[in-house]
Amino acid sequence: MTYIIKKLFQIIPVLFIISFVVFIFVNVSGDPVVLMLPEDASNEEIKAMQESLGLDKPVIVQYGLFLSNVMKGQFGQSFVYKQEALPIVLERLPATFELMIAAIIISILISIPLGVLSAIKRNTFIDLFISGTSVLGKAMPNFWLGLMLMLVFSVYLQILPVSSRGSLLHLVLPAITTGTAMAAELTRMLRSQMLDVLHQDYMRTARSKGLSHFSVVYKHGLRNSLLPVITLIALNISTLVGGALVTEVVFAWPGIGQLVISAVHARDMAVVQACIFVIAIFVIGANFLADILYRVVDPRIKYR
Amino acid sequence: MKTNQLTFLKWLKMLGSSKTGSLGAIIILTVTFTASFASFIAPHDVYEVNLNAASLPPSWMDGGESQYVLGTDRLGRDLFSRVIYGSQISLLVGISAVIVAGVIGVPIGLISGYYGGFIDSFFMRIVDANIAIPVILIALFVLGFLNPNLIMFILVVGVATWYTYARVVRSEVLSLKEREFIKAARVTGVRNSVILIRHLLPNVTSSVIVVSTLSVATTIIIESSLSFLGLGPKAITWGALLSDGRDYLATSWWIATFPGIAITITVLGIILLGDWLRDVLDPHSHV
Repeated sequence: MTYIIKKLFQIIPVLFIISFVVFIFVNVSGDPVVLMLPEDASNEEIKAMQESLGLDKPVIVQYGLFLSNVMKGQFGQSFVYKQEALPIVLERLPATFELMIAAIIISILISIPLGVLSAIKRNTFIDLFISGTSVLGKAMPNFWLGLMLMLVFSVYLQILPVSSRGSLLHLVLPAITTGTAMAAELTRMLRSQMLDVLHQDYMRTARSKGLSHFSVVYKHGLRNSLLPVITLIALNISTLVGGALVTEVVFAWPGIGQLVISAVHARDMAVVQACIFVIAIFVIGANFLADILYRVVDPRIKYR
Repeated sequence: MKTNQLTFLKWLKMLGSSKTGSLGAIIILTVTFTASFASFIAPHDVYEVNLNAASLPPSWMDGGESQYVLGTDRLGRDLFSRVIYGSQISLLVGISAVIVAGVIGVPIGLISGYYGGFIDSFFMRIVDANIAIPVILIALFVLGFLNPNLIMFILVVGVATWYTYARVVRSEVLSLKEREFIKAARVTGVRNSVILIRHLLPNVTSSVIVVSTLSVATTIIIESSLSFLGLGPKAITWGALLSDGRDYLATSWWIATFPGIAITITVLGIILLGDWLRDVLDPHSHV
């Protein structure tokens, strides 16, 4: 419990740092008003924006204002959508969430059998093939993989929809695209993890009890290899979100990624800022949950 | 001089005994060579428009022409030449951004791990903040503000990825700190700066080399993703070529396919060499 509280307290400075850096960039790197308004903004619009941002006040006061607005969830008006930025971002969150969950599920479904198989068949052709494939999976940029999957399954075979969100079929290609790099990483890790576990005493005991091969490997071996899997997924959440952002553009998936990239191109800074905070809180939250889950799953772990 | 040659030969021999390691080295050498001599290797001018040869498929397909090995884009520009030139930016950004990241991350990791306490917490919270935002998003945010030129682009990607070094170096220093030779140095009154530079730095070098190599791979993927999203440096890059090809996926599949293969092969080479380096330099680490 004290550990949880300590972890929660560590989150506060992290959010401060993020808000500070975002503030610096918005306010010091140029006239924020010019950046936040479209290029053809009128003088009145500029003036109204300056006042609403409190730009006539000292920098510290400005930061305070910025901070209190952020805490209230007010990132300003989006000039593209003509409304508050945060609701626009939150509206897109479920789509990104759906994509990420699907990607994680797919990467687990791919990596567990492959990782275990390549550990059991160590140094055989199967192991070599799986290891080779997983290095290749790591090397492929996901947006290219997405385009290639689209080319094969949507353009030539025409068995899966090209883009956008809808049925479960729409989810298949984007989820594979986002999940492949993670699956490759997990497979490599599970393999080396299983190799360690396979030589443990309790595995020998399980085998000598006459348990079936399947039961020994999957119930005793795999269960003990799964802990690092949780950690690895948690550590890679940020990368996974980054990957999802790009995948969304490839497949016209209506999530945060598509939103933030069009907002960057349109210089809709209110939306960009809101996206950054929402994503940061999402990643921090996911890491926090993984931390607690890790502790629940493995009571052997004692935290300082 | 003689000993230098000997160790070089020794390394070469070790590399030769690893199939994946040598494959990685060969790939990297080839890509570096291609990037360095792009103007001699590329058969066509990359900007040369030839509308009579627009959207030609690769030479081995029906309708392909032998002078355009990988086909042409909608303006009749030679894809093979453009892919060759694309290697320049990827390698340049990959290597320079990794150096920028290392120059920031290594000293912070050393200091953070060695001094501990408040300094450590301070830097580690910055690392946490950095990790909470995907590198792609940081780069999007910053590059969206500034008009990105190549230098700015390298700096942004480097600054966004420094934390990898800080983390690795810090955890190495934490364990080195407990070793006898560091304790002895401290007890005998060796100045902290000397301990950091003369005793700790050399001992984290092999980890830094491994991390750097693998970081080049990640950086190239980040660079190509940003180029693909239209925020890359204003030059011919693999990501930008891919992004062109995306609009013609149904009619001219080759434009999106070959730049991606180039990225994959390059990154694969770097990962293979990096994995080999890790096995050689740091036999204790796995994953």
